Amino acid sequence: MNWDAAITLFGSVALIFFIGLTASRKEAVSKSFVQDYYLGSRSLGGFVLAMTMTATYGSASSFIGGPGVAYNEGLGWVLLSVTQVATGYFTLMILGKKFAIVTRKYKATTLIDFLKERYQSKLVVLLSAVSIVVFLFSAMAAQWIGGGRLIESLTGLSYTSALFIFVVTVLIYVTFGGFRAVTLTDAIQGSIMFIGTLVLLIAVIIAGGGISEIMADLQAENPNLITPFGSDGTLTAPYVSSYWILVGVGVVALPQIAVRAMSYKNTRSFHLALMIGTIVVGVIMLNMHLIGVFARPILPGIEVGDRVMPLVALEVLPPWLAGVVLAAPLAAIMSTVDSLLLIVSSTIVKDVYINYIKPEASRKKVQRMSMGITALLGILVFLMAVNPPDLIIWLNLFAIGGLEAAFIWPIVMGLYWEKGNKYGAIASMLVGIISYILFQSFYPEPFEMHAVVTSILLALLAYVGFSLSMKQEPLKH
Amino acid sequence: MNEKTSAEKDPRFKIANKEALIGIGLVLFNFIWWFAFAYGLGGKDPSEYTYVFGLPAWFFYSCVAGVVVMAILVFFVVKYFFTDVSFDDEVDKDQ
Repeated sequence: MNWDAAITLFGSVALIFFIGLTASRKEAVSKSFVQDYYLGSRSLGGFVLAMTMTATYGSASSFIGGPGVAYNEGLGWVLLSVTQVATGYFTLMILGKKFAIVTRKYKATTLIDFLKERYQSKLVVLLSAVSIVVFLFSAMAAQWIGGGRLIESLTGLSYTSALFIFVVTVLIYVTFGGFRAVTLTDAIQGSIMFIGTLVLLIAVIIAGGGISEIMADLQAENPNLITPFGSDGTLTAPYVSSYWILVGVGVVALPQIAVRAMSYKNTRSFHLALMIGTIVVGVIMLNMHLIGVFARPILPGIEVGDRVMPLVALEVLPPWLAGVVLAAPLAAIMSTVDSLLLIVSSTIVKDVYINYIKPEASRKKVQRMSMGITALLGILVFLMAVNPPDLIIWLNLFAIGGLEAAFIWPIVMGLYWEKGNKYGAIASMLVGIISYILFQSFYPEPFEMHAVVTSILLALLAYVGFSLSMKQEPLKH
Repeated sequence: MNEKTSAEKDPRFKIANKEALIGIGLVLFNFIWWFAFAYGLGGKDPSEYTYVFGLPAWFFYSCVAGVVVMAILVFFVVKYFFTDVSFDDEVDKDQ
């Protein structure tokens, strides 16, 4: 067990959480528990907004899985990953002011609230709730696994005990803190990620004898590692380009991202978030994946991709510093997990329970339900993650693609196309999800691209086709 | 209350629509920059690569410079083309 690293790692994480909780206590009681717990009363400033977007999105797939794949594939995978820089500005610009204005008008606190008001359809709500619960659940499992692996590699504890420590920490935090605490810690975590990846990158470059040296080593081992095409030349241009949809543009449709795009205070914060977010996402993604590639000549022969990051940090940094720097990916995973937990729990409590089962539930009741469900969900995911597959990135990307195929058109067209109606939305969600699952299972790369591209196109056709051909009866007044 | 149609007349939506279009423009530019440098310069045999700061030129321009360019571009676009609007529900006159 590596005590120095373990102590600084857990110390940093504890400190982050402490700050988040104290800060959120300050403004504790506001009018509505639901608004506050799930949305932080729409009061995010620019810096916090940018960081929380980054931290939520920059998840285990980018921080543990991503560098692991980059280690095996070389610069081609870094090329693929920088497509995520688009999330820094595109998501906020597209949802942007319109989403903020409309959701305020609708008094919506979740993505489903918005869809419910926009389409006035029970089926839309239920379909959305089911897809959020199913897909985000698998995304959460992937994050749990990433967190467990990280603690395992760093401390030498068994995977199960590492996972257990991780889950307990996250659960305590999310259950009591809610959205505001989560976004505040996201801001701190985002900053640690930014600085941590920078420190680690520099240390790796020094350990490898400079960039030119590392490139020469890579080229000597396998020239493909420094081309855009991956270690065995299979990363084709259409395939890599399709990641612009999967991890760039399509991110607009992820509920955990969308909810953040309605929670900011005013347009000044929004503008600031755009500028900060682009830089932060770009730098973090670039650094993180470069670290994976550069680690290869320094530590050849790592078998489990997920362990590249922690092992290389321990190799090139003094243990205590490795602990602090690894608090960054751990923080990233935690912040992804805690937002996912909140989304799933809000879906169940707010969108299903309060909407359809018991609209007049008291504040206290809702509060207890929210916390209880959040905790229960965490435990369920833990049980799923105990026996996990190796490369978490695939699991995670599966979930992300599914959500994008389901939600992108109901959200985007719902905002910008007046003629879009509930038939379009329902058709689009069904076509998107079903075609995505079928493609993934039987024909994963239509037109040499990631399946999500074709599914999203089909979903668009369905949305437009059904909206135009089936007129919705006029809204009740 | 006729939400949908009155919503379309909200003057803030014109601003929002314009800014969404800018977002699409930016992402298209970003994609072309990224693609052109990556596959334009990177398509050669690795032995013919040129290097910038130790990194293969295709990678440097496509990824490193790409991120920097986008950050600067977003900064200027937001600074000069984005408009502040009020989120207060009731009165939304633009001063």
